[in-house]
Amino acid sequence: MIVKLLSGDKPRSAVLTALLMVILICLAGAPFLFDGVRPLDTAARICIFILLVASYDLLLGYGGIVSFAHTMFFGLGAYGVALASTHLGRGFDALLAGTVSGALAAVVLALLIGLFSLRVRAIFFAMITLAVASAVAVLVSQFSGITGGEDGLTYKIPRVLTSANRMGEFLGTRISGKTLNYYLVFTASLILFLLLLRIVNSPFGRVLQAIRENDFRAEAIGYRVVWYRTAATCLSAATAAFAGSLFAIWLRYVGPDTTLSFEIMLDILLMVVIGGMGTMYGAVVGATLFILAQTYLQNLMGTASEATSALPLIPDLLNPDRWLMWLGILFILSVYFFPTGIVGRLRERRAS
Amino acid sequence: MTAAPDHRPTFASISLTERLDGAMPVLLIPLLVLLGFFAIGVPSSWLTLTVSGLAMGMMIFIMASGLTLVFGLMDVINFGHGAFVSVGAFVGVSVLITLGEWTGTASLLLNMSAVFLAVAAAMAATGVMGWGFERIIVKPVYGAHLKQILVTVGGLIVIEQLIHVVWGPDEIFINRPETLKGAITFAGAAMEKYRLMAVGIGLVLFIAMRMVLRRTKIGLIVRAGVENGPMVEALGYRLRLVFVGVFIAGSALAGLGGVMWGLYQEVITAGMGEKMMVLVFIVAIIGGLGSVEGAFIGALLVGLLQNYVAFLEPKLALVSNIALMTAILMWRPQGMMPVVKAK
Repeated sequence: MIVKLLSGDKPRSAVLTALLMVILICLAGAPFLFDGVRPLDTAARICIFILLVASYDLLLGYGGIVSFAHTMFFGLGAYGVALASTHLGRGFDALLAGTVSGALAAVVLALLIGLFSLRVRAIFFAMITLAVASAVAVLVSQFSGITGGEDGLTYKIPRVLTSANRMGEFLGTRISGKTLNYYLVFTASLILFLLLLRIVNSPFGRVLQAIRENDFRAEAIGYRVVWYRTAATCLSAATAAFAGSLFAIWLRYVGPDTTLSFEIMLDILLMVVIGGMGTMYGAVVGATLFILAQTYLQNLMGTASEATSALPLIPDLLNPDRWLMWLGILFILSVYFFPTGIVGRLRERRAS
Repeated sequence: MTAAPDHRPTFASISLTERLDGAMPVLLIPLLVLLGFFAIGVPSSWLTLTVSGLAMGMMIFIMASGLTLVFGLMDVINFGHGAFVSVGAFVGVSVLITLGEWTGTASLLLNMSAVFLAVAAAMAATGVMGWGFERIIVKPVYGAHLKQILVTVGGLIVIEQLIHVVWGPDEIFINRPETLKGAITFAGAAMEKYRLMAVGIGLVLFIAMRMVLRRTKIGLIVRAGVENGPMVEALGYRLRLVFVGVFIAGSALAGLGGVMWGLYQEVITAGMGEKMMVLVFIVAIIGGLGSVEGAFIGALLVGLLQNYVAFLEPKLALVSNIALMTAILMWRPQGMMPVVKAK
């Protein structure tokens, strides 16, 4: 049963299995295991980013395609929900309509970009996605009449999903609409993640991997490389849009900084590389570690910066705002020395 | 035995359309300028916009030329190129601020020497940085596009953050030197002096680059290397050294572009290089990766179009470039003047 759910793609390492189990249990029981608003928010963020990073891994790790437009698709989903909730009023039909239309827009855009750039040279794709994504980000901040510009949009979601909806107590924890909302995010992320796992372990996923290893040969065997690459782009765009919709439902706010910025794109890249490219489990490990570090390590850096304030330059380097620099260094080092990421390392240890 | 098929060689001259096809990319520029003239309708604003479009195009060309050559030569795509633009701008502007007395007086000689020193410092700094970048970041990942993209993006982040560490998190405002302020009025159109100078510098650089590439031995090796690297190496040239040289030169040019862009905008931020990269990539793609001439034409097209559209419909300025790129890729999927064939 479990093997079937995982599409036959077992973690293949005892440590990794344990790690994944811990993550799953913590996420599944987050409202009961941890107290307070912040841990729950972190858990929801982890769920959403696992999905987002996994969908990016489908492209980067399995297809060998570098895209810089993943946040754009993420943003399309988020803005879909936000716009639908603003204009159609509060309700589940608005959420559904927004999610579907966001995903559709993402697929259409991905199809267009893919057909244009993947036809010629895979490297064009990286550059073109960068250009298109930045154009979309500029458009969103300029058409402030529709999108709220830099301020973003705040809107209402169905009352059932907000903390105003008190539903009594269970195991000593107060159950509210927020808990329900969390489980919506968690379940949707889990289902979509298992779906992605199914996709990469299907014949389609195998062809994608073949193309990644040697596209010329794959074409010679008789697979339409462009078609497969474009299909992977569309699938990954749609999943990213779903992740964006979940994010919008959870936060009840969308803005360019939280959904469209280049920083988030870099975060996604880091999570994929640190976790391990080409394995869906890498996305789980990478996203979890990254978000935990982002939430809690930055405080640590602040203390370290203050503690060393007597020394020259070091406090500046340890400033929490310079968090991105250390990530960049970590990123370069991991691409050099751990190209297979944490998951790859754990599996190697078992093999040797 | 059957008779040999009737074979009559014809000496039909090349038709006009075929002749035009080769020259079409070059003709696009006057075409766009003409189109702009009719769309805008006011000759004086049209002239102002054309000059600023050309100035912008020249600066983008200066930044893009290094990127496109590096790709052509070694098949290396450097997403960290934008970092050199930022560093160049910061170093150059720091020099200009220290030489505040020189730039503050209205003496052409002092002003120009200050700008010259700033440019020299910026180019030296980015050149050295380019050398280091090539050694540390790019060298270990030759031949692997995926890793190249990832690693150079990592380099971009680190350098951008280091700029924050060294120069602080805020943007820096800078005044242009006295003699470069103000505008010249010609036929009712105001043309900023600085923009005219930028057009001049860009043209001189382009011609110099073309001369080096077409008339010198090293240029010959570079062009041959772009066309067919293994063959050049088989003939006994150490293409790697040439490549390092081109990488350093390209980085230094990016630094020069950064200083010029900083003075053009009169404000610099650590993220400016990253923003410019979008335009630089568009230019490199529509020009055809590896082609300096293509990048030149592409840069002018992008600069002109952006300025015209910004005047007619400000919100669509950046989108217009994407539209231009789409149109050109539909027309020529490899870019206007593709050089790298087999890769």
